[in-house]
Amino acid sequence: MPQIFPKWANQLAPKLGLLAVLVGTVAMAGVTYYLTPKYTRVGYQPKQPVAFSHKIHNEQLGIDCRYCHNNVDGSWFSNIPAASTCMNCHSLILKDDPKLALVRESFATGKPIPWVQIHKVPDYVYFNHSVHVNRGISCVHCHGEINQMDEVQHAKPLSMSFCLDCHRAPDQKIRPVDLVTQLDWKGQVDGKQLVHDWKVQPGQSCSTCHR
Amino acid sequence: MAKAAAIPAGVAAKADSHDHHAPPQLKVAEPPKELEREPLVLNNRSLTWITDAIAGVCEKPMPKWWWPAFILSAGTMGMMFSLIAYLISTGVGVWGLNQPADWAWDITNFVFWIGIGHAGTLISAVLCLLRQKWRTSINRAAEAMTIFAVACAGIFPVVHTGRVWFALFPGYLIPFPNSNGIWPQFRSPLLWDVFAVSTYGTVSLLFWYTGLIPDLATLRDRATHKVRRFFYGLFSLGWTGSNRHWSNYEKAYLILAGLSTPLVLSVHSIVSFDFAVSQVPGWHTTIFPPYFVAGAIFSGFGMVLTLMIPMRALFNLHDIITTRHIELMCKVLLATGSIVGYAYGMEFFIAWYGGSPYELYAFKNRAFGPYWWSYWSMITCNVISPHFFWFKKLRTNVVFVWIVSCFVNVGMWFERFVIIVTSLHRDYLPSSWGYFTPTWVDVFTFVGSFGLFMTLFLLFIRFLPAISITEVKAVTPQADPHHPLGGAKGHHH
Repeated sequence: MPQIFPKWANQLAPKLGLLAVLVGTVAMAGVTYYLTPKYTRVGYQPKQPVAFSHKIHNEQLGIDCRYCHNNVDGSWFSNIPAASTCMNCHSLILKDDPKLALVRESFATGKPIPWVQIHKVPDYVYFNHSVHVNRGISCVHCHGEINQMDEVQHAKPLSMSFCLDCHRAPDQKIRPVDLVTQLDWKGQVDGKQLVHDWKVQPGQSCSTCHR
Repeated sequence: MAKAAAIPAGVAAKADSHDHHAPPQLKVAEPPKELEREPLVLNNRSLTWITDAIAGVCEKPMPKWWWPAFILSAGTMGMMFSLIAYLISTGVGVWGLNQPADWAWDITNFVFWIGIGHAGTLISAVLCLLRQKWRTSINRAAEAMTIFAVACAGIFPVVHTGRVWFALFPGYLIPFPNSNGIWPQFRSPLLWDVFAVSTYGTVSLLFWYTGLIPDLATLRDRATHKVRRFFYGLFSLGWTGSNRHWSNYEKAYLILAGLSTPLVLSVHSIVSFDFAVSQVPGWHTTIFPPYFVAGAIFSGFGMVLTLMIPMRALFNLHDIITTRHIELMCKVLLATGSIVGYAYGMEFFIAWYGGSPYELYAFKNRAFGPYWWSYWSMITCNVISPHFFWFKKLRTNVVFVWIVSCFVNVGMWFERFVIIVTSLHRDYLPSSWGYFTPTWVDVFTFVGSFGLFMTLFLLFIRFLPAISITEVKAVTPQADPHHPLGGAKGHHH
């Protein structure tokens, strides 16, 4: 019988098998790294219409988050302030600064500033800000160190496992309610005690968020 | 070993034929006629004839009917894939299923196709371990059918998920760490199903392929064209027919037969758990696993007969797939069909005896409710039709057998439809009662799955030996050194 294949073909099958295993592993690892929110969402930093700096307002001037986002502890939605909130100060400070032209225009016309939304959960997810804020979950856990950002960027993945990690172990993140907006607070607290005292029972069933 | 007494005689006879010193003639005693079973290969065909007959099918140009049949099948298959594209791009609303019947033709088709596959596994694995020699003429095609049926079956549960890409994404069907921080529900039979069906597909494919290797080598050695030689050579993995190859092959084959045997029982048991583990009246039944397994084998043999009878006629393989083979398959149909019929009866008995009014209602509704026509179609096809096979005259009437086998196929589809839709369409609350009607997309997607099945089957008989050359030779008298005609006695050419 004539030879159909050269001798090296004997090695081909195990080599192809090894290649398949490698390709499979690389594909799985690639999907895990590149197709998850840790990669696809973290770092998102769109250009905003007004160069508002959280760092200046919060870190340097010490304005509390709730001065502007004043409904965060009373509503599922953390509101974006209207231009009137800005004008409380900016009618006196930097009142002719060209960087604030859009704010003054918005204040005059009532037409909202077209901020670009950065943090967004999917439509099929129900998320309530107030229930988190009122039970000692700080802004920093989901939004990162906004107080250090000149331009806001998406700092955390906000993936489903990101939510579940905390829902499964709330004592790791919980803090006294009055420290919720102290984004750089590094103190110690007995999380288990707070979870117990406040009867914190974060749901883990599908319908907690997917209602 | 009924022929044990013949061994010394046979050995002596063999020695005799090579010995020219002519010792006293030893006469080989022919076994008594009444103890001889009908041979598995008719007309005392030689080993060469068997190779030529089977390999010839895929070596000679295909007969005239092949191309029209292939184009028709491939077109139907194309229709199915177009409809699936339509389904995915538009949404599952293009199907007729909706509350309360959230499962309808999709899962019916899935169970139907998975069931079809079971004949192949039973023939190749269970009958192999039980040393039923008649399996050799039909196992190859039946195993091929298994794989093609699993391919058809796999489509429906995947596309019925709606956003199909999620079903295929690691972490949803296949357990894999993912950014949702969750795992598939390990307590759900739907996940067990994923494992059962994928294991079944994999093992069936390996079993089929392992069995093919010696035959692929035969085709390689007979190939006259370079391309054919290359591909048969590639897939025969350097088979030379050495003793070591045969020894490894037999071991691998036996191991795979052992692995496949539990699958005959497990796969359809788990498919039945999709229903039995739930609490829907009409589904929540302990008889489901054995009843489903029997039904699967019943439907599988139905499909084997539907395909093999035309195949043996079209390729003139009457000497290899004999009337005895068909008769034996009819007996399997009779046995499994009787089990299925018994299960239908027992379900009704338990519905009454169990004392649950909901259960009893579900069964009454099955037989006399708005879907009565599907129930009685099922009864006609599955309970009545196999009982014709009590009569040898009917078992050996090939045309009649073929017609009954078609009835079995239809009946087993109806069985799944009856179980799924009639149990769902009447919920506990009359306000949520409904009546499921398929849309044209439902109907033509199902029809299209036959296109896929037939396309694969036609390609199979075009390119691969549809009957195991190796194994058929092994059950001929020539291969049995103890048989009066066997060994190297030299009068069978």
